[in-house]
Amino acid sequence: MTITYIEAIGEAISQEMERDPSVLLIGEDVGHYAGAFKLSKGFLESFGPDRIIDTPIAESAIVGHAIGMAYMGMRPVVEMQFIDFIACAYNMVTNFAAKSRYRQGLACPMVIRGPSGGGVRGGPFHSQNVEACFLNVPGLKIVAPATAADAKGLMLSSIRDDDPVLFLEHKYLYRRIKEVVPSNEAIPLGQAIVRREGSDFTIVTYGAMVFEALEAAEQIATETGAQAEVIDLRTLAPLDMETVYQSVRKTNRCMLVHEACLTGGPSGELAARLSEEFFDWLDAPILRVAALDSPVPYSPPLEDYFLPKSVDIVFQAKRLLAY
Amino acid sequence: MAKAHEKLFPGTGDRRAPQLTELSTPLSKAMRLRLFEWMVTTRKVEARMGTLYRQGKVVGGLYRGEGQEGISVGTAMALQDGDIVGPMIRDLGAMMVRGVPPRDVFCQYMARADGPTGGRDCNTHFGDHELGITAPISMLGALIPVVSGMAWASRQQGNNPVGLTYIGDGGASCGDFHEGLNMAATLNSPLVLIIENNGYAYSTPVQAQSQVEWFVDRAPAYGVLGMQVDGNDVEAVYNATKLACDHARSGKGPVLIEAITFRMNGHAEHDDASYVPEALVKAWSKRDPIDILRDRLIDEGVKSKRQIDNLEQKIFDQLRDDYEFALASDMPDALYATGGVYSEDDIGQPDPRRAGR
Repeated sequence: MTITYIEAIGEAISQEMERDPSVLLIGEDVGHYAGAFKLSKGFLESFGPDRIIDTPIAESAIVGHAIGMAYMGMRPVVEMQFIDFIACAYNMVTNFAAKSRYRQGLACPMVIRGPSGGGVRGGPFHSQNVEACFLNVPGLKIVAPATAADAKGLMLSSIRDDDPVLFLEHKYLYRRIKEVVPSNEAIPLGQAIVRREGSDFTIVTYGAMVFEALEAAEQIATETGAQAEVIDLRTLAPLDMETVYQSVRKTNRCMLVHEACLTGGPSGELAARLSEEFFDWLDAPILRVAALDSPVPYSPPLEDYFLPKSVDIVFQAKRLLAY
Repeated sequence: MAKAHEKLFPGTGDRRAPQLTELSTPLSKAMRLRLFEWMVTTRKVEARMGTLYRQGKVVGGLYRGEGQEGISVGTAMALQDGDIVGPMIRDLGAMMVRGVPPRDVFCQYMARADGPTGGRDCNTHFGDHELGITAPISMLGALIPVVSGMAWASRQQGNNPVGLTYIGDGGASCGDFHEGLNMAATLNSPLVLIIENNGYAYSTPVQAQSQVEWFVDRAPAYGVLGMQVDGNDVEAVYNATKLACDHARSGKGPVLIEAITFRMNGHAEHDDASYVPEALVKAWSKRDPIDILRDRLIDEGVKSKRQIDNLEQKIFDQLRDDYEFALASDMPDALYATGGVYSEDDIGQPDPRRAGR
């Protein structure tokens, strides 16, 4: 049976809640309303109001309470109604949760999850990609799945993880991705996966951009015969550089693609690591394709221009191959 | 004309008289002596730290709670085993009452390997989960939702705890004060929140911090019980906290206690607090919480002046082993800097980016 990306996440959470009584879901409108995207449909009936907790609109206090629950051995899953709102809880996430083990030797097992990303005409405050704001924060793990199977398998691992995990779901994929998902297979954090094998150049990406990259790879193959290897990072912290290095050893050309804004985005870190560690293996400069450096605009022509598309990847890939 | 409570709380005579929760039943002699000993211990540990600071042994800042020991000690003494406390920077007394040994405090301030964070964090930023103490972060108000969450979780786990934490008159301006107390109320969390109204937030006087007359006035806005207490009367603080804990523990929701007090030092050791009117400090120095209880114990014949003097000397002498232990303790191994960030790597590994050293 096939299920959607969002159903896969919901299934992972409810399965963990059934398996482990310390897991709970907390957030705005998650109970009676079942969440803005209906991820927690039926949860309140199954698990009751002590484990499916509707809260005031107070992201900082929600994360703060979840930290307290985690300190006491619970495993809260915190829903940000839109991941943009995590800005209101930045202090709690970065200063309390992320530094907890380091300062107090105290585990803070919690997942903060929410819909991220654009392409749905959400405008500046319902479309952002926040990973770059958290990559520079030691103590956090960051997950960004692209497929339903990964969303489920990585959510299982995230809930079981003893560190705070930021779980970035792409809302554009919520109901567009539908596939058969293994019933109970946890996918370890920190492992990238090769989505398409190729020997001519490497595209490193994650989240919704995996599909733009795959589409671009097919087009390039058709037009030029060049074969792209597409790597889906799946986890941004910790970063699986080994899978990236293995690919670049083979292709000697690499481009980095993400939906987060260009400047200060994760591609900067990847490019720096590649140039420091792998300069000798590179036959061309590392190229980046990312969202432009503006807030996420609302109107379709504006947002479509802002977002990276497969056509941009194809354009840059030709430059990369021609170098 | 200044009102009658100006004498009790210098500088507040232009506000309406506070509704103080007074001591209802007399405390036992043993309890009064314990309150006294803990306040003296707190004062002496901080005084010793002042010396170590001037000797350059404290590598960072030193923050004291002088004049506020009645609050930290009185509140913590009212707690039970299994309760949770989230102390702020001026609540060292609460930490020691809960069982933190003075040597931990000395080691932590001097950034030694034997300190509770092994040199990773400073001042009173350390907790002990076994003792029910959770460490603050510097961002004010953040402890409020966290301690509420801990207490809520503990109750869900079948216990009957109270979570008690503190905020200052300045910290009460932070967003987490509002979010935390409001959400604690909606969860009916057994939270007791102490506002230590000590007149100043760093250099900013309370009038520039909030335009409510007293902080207790905020309690009805959150639908929680509000209480006011003389923060320099440790017996009254103990009593008020007991009542608040009973209320929270019995499922009636959070309690906000405004403890009226005064900050007798600068914000930290480097701050001479020249912005505080001298007359105000002088007036409050006549209301020192240790002096108040000492006078009562002597006047009421609980102990003689001589016995009290001996007791204070004994407490002072007993600290010697602790700070000498800390002074002899090693600085931490540099590799400890990068360990413990994630669950997978408790011990730091040598970093090739430091290979040039």
